[in-house]
Amino acid sequence: MTAVSRCRGWVAQLAVLALIALGTTFALEFADPQYAAAQSSVRPPADATANVMGGTVPGMSRSSDSASEIWRAVRKGVKGTVSIPDKKAGHLVQSEGDSWRAVRNGPIATWGVIGLAGVIALLAVFFLIRGKIRVEHGMAGRTITRFTDIERIGHWLLAVSFIILAVTGLNITYGKYFLLPVLGKPAFAALAAGGKWLHSYVAFAFMAGLAMVLVLWIRENFPDKYDLIWFLKGGGMIVKGVHPPSKKFNAGQKILFWLVIWGGLGLSLTGIALLFPFQIDFPAGMEPVQQMQFATTWHAVIALVLTIVVIAHIYIGTMGMEGAFDAMGTGEVDENWAREHHSVWAKEVSKSRRGRKARAKAKAAPAE
Amino acid sequence: MARMKFLCDAERCIECNACVTACKNENEVPWGINRRRVVTINDGKPGERSISVACMHCSDAPCMAVCPVDVFYQTDEGVVLHSKDLCIGCGYCFYACPFGAPQFPQVGNFGSRGKMDKCTFCAGGPETDKSDVEFKKYGRNRLAEGKLPLCAEMCSTKALLAGDGDVVSDIYRERVVSRGFGSGAWGWGRAYPGQGA
Repeated sequence: MTAVSRCRGWVAQLAVLALIALGTTFALEFADPQYAAAQSSVRPPADATANVMGGTVPGMSRSSDSASEIWRAVRKGVKGTVSIPDKKAGHLVQSEGDSWRAVRNGPIATWGVIGLAGVIALLAVFFLIRGKIRVEHGMAGRTITRFTDIERIGHWLLAVSFIILAVTGLNITYGKYFLLPVLGKPAFAALAAGGKWLHSYVAFAFMAGLAMVLVLWIRENFPDKYDLIWFLKGGGMIVKGVHPPSKKFNAGQKILFWLVIWGGLGLSLTGIALLFPFQIDFPAGMEPVQQMQFATTWHAVIALVLTIVVIAHIYIGTMGMEGAFDAMGTGEVDENWAREHHSVWAKEVSKSRRGRKARAKAKAAPAE
Repeated sequence: MARMKFLCDAERCIECNACVTACKNENEVPWGINRRRVVTINDGKPGERSISVACMHCSDAPCMAVCPVDVFYQTDEGVVLHSKDLCIGCGYCFYACPFGAPQFPQVGNFGSRGKMDKCTFCAGGPETDKSDVEFKKYGRNRLAEGKLPLCAEMCSTKALLAGDGDVVSDIYRERVVSRGFGSGAWGWGRAYPGQGA
């Protein structure tokens, strides 16, 4: 650096200092004398508050002007404003979270276990007393078609997806208590993450299956006169040799159908809300976070109820009743099974079949 | 052992958002995530108050109670921390938290959430103290460096206090006595029930 440039630097600094000094004098000259006086001490005069507010101070805890009303309102969920983009953050306290936690970790978790264990215990007792429900007149060896390919595809799409969803869902609710201690945290977290991923995608298969089943079977699931008889006779499950008449579906199956349809619809709607968190505003008059709490709570409740019901359905469709699985397995059921469990339907089918055969014969006859 | 707490003095907070900025910068928090925020009640009206709020590190933390994979742990100093390696992004902690502390980056399809992020009381996470990995996942571990959270350290009005709960409440009590008013230690009743705060 040359001597000249160093000198220039000094001159510039001096000029700046002079400007600041000038400015300050100028400001003091024209400023309000009151402010000038206040600057002499950072402490306000002893009677400052009395002068300004007439004895009250905003938010003081020792006067009627207390701000405690504000905080009480905030505690009850009154929202403020924030300058960050996420406007939900203006919600200072959401006390509903405590209720959500209490319901989820309390009644839902407890009653879910009681329900699941209860239904398995009940089925075990039923099996011990009643045993496998046999086809009373023995297998006829001749079969009739109960479910077409498309019906079975719909059923199994719904069934397989439901089982995957139920298992992964139960893992979210109960895995922490049962699986985590066995697997350890890292392995369990990996499993739960995979389960969550599966749950999100298989959900769509479930919804498709639900729609198929609804379209295919809704006609046969409206109540009819045989349903009452079915109930009165305990579905023919209690006493051997009792076979209440029924069409394609008996009253028990109809109840299952409507539980699955309405429950499935509830699961789908709440599930969609959870798949797209905070992206759909349901017109429910609730805060976004409350909507999510509502969705998870109902999702869990409906899912547990359906799982409990479906366990019983799986039992009666497999080990509980001879010949029942064929309906969904091959789609062909034994004639005697059909006559015992769905007598009205069996008659209708064989009649129409005979009619078709007769018509076919009549058509074929002139060729002779 | 000290019990770490935050206290925001609503009579002092001027909504400058320096705590929010300090937190984002110190911990290099990604876009869209705010570990700390300032909420203003009655904005522009008489009785306006602002509160800076982040994770309160609750005694009986709701997030810990509802987490399906048990990622949370509480340190000896009462700081609630979590493991991002284990988090599955279900969002339950956010539903349970009264203070809206847990934050999620949005990743992948639908609204699928990434690993939860929240205020760590500048105490890092389960990784080795002051390591690069810890910094990348959880931000600065100032407690391990012998410092307190930056949000409170650089609060211009000292509205936000952080540190040993006993010391913090003493400072606040002194303030209330000398100025003759105060709106209470906000959120303490919820976060630390049964401690008379």
